[in-house]
Amino acid sequence: MRLDPIAQAVQAPAADPFVVELANEALNAARSVGASYADVRVGRYRRQQIRTRERQVAGVSDSESYGIGIRTLINGCWGFAATNQLTKDAVRRTTLEAAYMSRAARAVLRHRVELAPVKPVTGTWMTPIQRDPLEVPLEDKVALLLAANEAALKVTGVRFVNSGLALLRESKTLVTSEGTNVTQTFVRVGPEFSATAIGDGDFQSYEEELAPRGMGWEYVESLKMPVNAEHWASLAVEKLKAKSVEAGQWDLILEPTNLWLTIHESIGHATELDRALGQEANYAGTTFAAPPEKMIGQFKYGPAFMNIQADRTQEGSLSRVAWDDEGVPADQWLLVDKGILKDYQTIREQVSRIQKLTGVSRSHGCSYAESWAAVPFQRMPNVSLLPGEQDIGVDQIVAATERGILIRNSGSWSIDHQRYNFQFGGQAFYEVRDGRIAGMLRDVAYQANTPVFWNSMDMIGGQSSYWLGGAFNDGKGEPAQINSVSHGCVPARFRNVTILNTGRTA
Amino acid sequence: MSASDLLTRDQAKALADRVLAMSTADETRVNITSTWLGNTRFADSSITTSGGTNDVTVRVTVTLGRRRASATTNVLDDASLRRTVALAASLARLSPEDPELMPELGPQSTASVNAFVERTADLDPEQRNAAIKRAVESATTAGKAAGPVFTAGYLEANAAAEAVATSKGLFAYHRTTDARFSMTSRTPDGTGSGWASAGARDWGKVDPVSIGRLAAQKAVASRNPQSIPPGLYTTVLEPQAVNDLVPLLATALSARSADEGRSAFSKSGGGNRIGEKVTDERVTLYSDPGDPVLLARPFDDEGLPIGRTVWIDQGVLRNLAYTRFWADKQHKTPTGTPADVGGLALTGGTKSTEEIIAGCERGILVTHFFYIRSLDPRTVLFTGLTRDGVFLIENGKIAHALKNFRWNESPLLMLNRLEDLGRSELVEPGVMMPALRVHDFNFTSSSDAV
Repeated sequence: MRLDPIAQAVQAPAADPFVVELANEALNAARSVGASYADVRVGRYRRQQIRTRERQVAGVSDSESYGIGIRTLINGCWGFAATNQLTKDAVRRTTLEAAYMSRAARAVLRHRVELAPVKPVTGTWMTPIQRDPLEVPLEDKVALLLAANEAALKVTGVRFVNSGLALLRESKTLVTSEGTNVTQTFVRVGPEFSATAIGDGDFQSYEEELAPRGMGWEYVESLKMPVNAEHWASLAVEKLKAKSVEAGQWDLILEPTNLWLTIHESIGHATELDRALGQEANYAGTTFAAPPEKMIGQFKYGPAFMNIQADRTQEGSLSRVAWDDEGVPADQWLLVDKGILKDYQTIREQVSRIQKLTGVSRSHGCSYAESWAAVPFQRMPNVSLLPGEQDIGVDQIVAATERGILIRNSGSWSIDHQRYNFQFGGQAFYEVRDGRIAGMLRDVAYQANTPVFWNSMDMIGGQSSYWLGGAFNDGKGEPAQINSVSHGCVPARFRNVTILNTGRTA
Repeated sequence: MSASDLLTRDQAKALADRVLAMSTADETRVNITSTWLGNTRFADSSITTSGGTNDVTVRVTVTLGRRRASATTNVLDDASLRRTVALAASLARLSPEDPELMPELGPQSTASVNAFVERTADLDPEQRNAAIKRAVESATTAGKAAGPVFTAGYLEANAAAEAVATSKGLFAYHRTTDARFSMTSRTPDGTGSGWASAGARDWGKVDPVSIGRLAAQKAVASRNPQSIPPGLYTTVLEPQAVNDLVPLLATALSARSADEGRSAFSKSGGGNRIGEKVTDERVTLYSDPGDPVLLARPFDDEGLPIGRTVWIDQGVLRNLAYTRFWADKQHKTPTGTPADVGGLALTGGTKSTEEIIAGCERGILVTHFFYIRSLDPRTVLFTGLTRDGVFLIENGKIAHALKNFRWNESPLLMLNRLEDLGRSELVEPGVMMPALRVHDFNFTSSSDAV
């Protein structure tokens, strides 16, 4: 799953010479005021959003954002400044402001920043796509969504339908004082569909899990929304009549469409090194997987067949890059190896904090800034549960289960600031009795403690049941920044999990 | 590059006129946002990141007949602005007709709100870092009993100028500043964590020293938490905790959702619950951009003037949020969208938080909440966790620290179980909340998180 080019219809654009000239202006200004290191990111983002409801378009918007962000390192302190004014004069002033921040940071200084080495690199890369979603005529996009809505409205009882598309093309040039000069173009697509059915003084919604991907328009077409919408909508109606769940301990079978988010919250966030070091303590929180010296090679996250891989090279994934925001080549590594915590997510300045424990001297390449206006910091790569050795699917897991609940798609989610106690919902819930699906349930949420939950996993699916979910809205940092990340997984069974009833009597 | 780069009223007007002149559409609206953000983040007695960002965005919304679309850019040369106007027009042409389209507004009489405070706009990196230094020192001193406490926090100052202009002659402009400082302190034994926060349009109203002290005092007091079984408990919510819950009601305030039968304010059998008692009679909830404490933007994105709206008046639902389309259809006065109604205040009583605690025989004190997510919109039911200081109250006094809890609770139902409420105070720019004491708050499980 390295950077093998698939049949690529769109070539990676090269750096704009004007952008490189501006970047060099900034680097020269940074050197002239004593920066030991500086990097410049020039980003151009084009976003398009289309939202529809029932038989009409609820909104179409298209936005372009272009600017430059400059980071300086002076006496081991970071400074950062950014502007949308792309003139040499504004870039010089912005660089001096970043340098001023670096110097002012000496007021509160215990740890000086040390960067792990990285080889300078020059190159270009682009998300492999067949068709640029921003070049697809708007009529075609609207027609696809409205056809899906129309199909859904055929279902008796369905009153409201929402569908939408979020499309992004991002071009980013990174130039560093160490000689790196790379230009990357990322394409991401995020389709959405939900239906609401109104019953007797009641309403229920169903949202289909249409994973966003780092792919082109061909992915949106492959989902066949107009064909499948009728079935999706019928599930909202079915939920109105579903039996309210009996709270208590149940065996739980999670489809990949639900499990990806549980991995994101309880493993992805728990293995971020900035959280383990306390740097996120005031906002997103810390992690139970700390301190690293008591965790690496020792902490039993789950059973021996549990392998969790971090990967910025995975095809179709949202976090795929060729180089991260510090010019570090994309990496693939194990966070959990045979059930034992092995490593964390890192950027250059974090490597020395755990190098003696992991033996890893390179950054894993997790530096990311949401835009030119934001400072890069450690963000989550794709984090995935690798398939089991036996190639079984969810049907075999159901067949092997006496009394359980099967959950599809992500619903409500919430987890504490050290990633212990979580509570997740879903979109469709089914009772499993004696190896068979015995009917639909509603008002279901599962609540558990992370290490207990993962250690209760006793069955997982194999390669052919692997599916890649993901989200555009992974949040962290102050000011808060958004990250797009994918999580691949197989269906899995967990024993004796607490099931809550979230129905309206609560 | 600083707040002094913000567009003035005249500059915003000139930019809007330039864009409007480029459009030949039936109607055109221009939304301009000029921003400056200065921020510093710190952890473990070191500044980890800081930043200064300036940006100006122009959103062009074009109407052709009953078709409308918008395009946004931050590249402000003529060629790019023309391209953006043309893109909005071509997107509009390709969009289907919108049966709910409302015409753009002409000139409006909008009250002016002075929410721009120079000393917030002038808060440069040296001043920010000096404030952080004082806060860290204050926390270190206050936390001494527990050893060297760990601190992490965030200070930001931002300034924005926002303008709306239409081809029908509307022009509105508003400037604002916000300062926010929050800090977490953790004890070296890993069993205690405390947090405090403040925010205001005016940096002068934020006191970093007291925030540092409070965060550390909470951390020290929250060490060695004990476990009590989850269940229904009388609970004192500090104003910051109330601010985590009560604003969630805003999503339920949409008149359309209520009228369409998919909100907690839907009446069974059709219509909405305006005029019905929905909370305890001591509760009054309102928005008012001109309120001297709230100081919010006095118009919405369409340029519609936003005035005072009382949502809940002494327990009775008086208003819901009407967009222009829904107001027109229902013969009501538009209030702006629920997200954009001009600040939010829950009026309170006269007591301090200490007095609210003193009136509690046995209960739980909550500092603030985390990771709140919707469970059931029919009852405005949410789940979330407590964080950074949970305590058992016995006989009006804090007895000892408790482990964190997960809860499943509805701010609406909770406001029906009110025992007492304190003085309303500014909890962040544009929001005032009091401490509350409610009975039977639903804690559903224990969390090991510190």
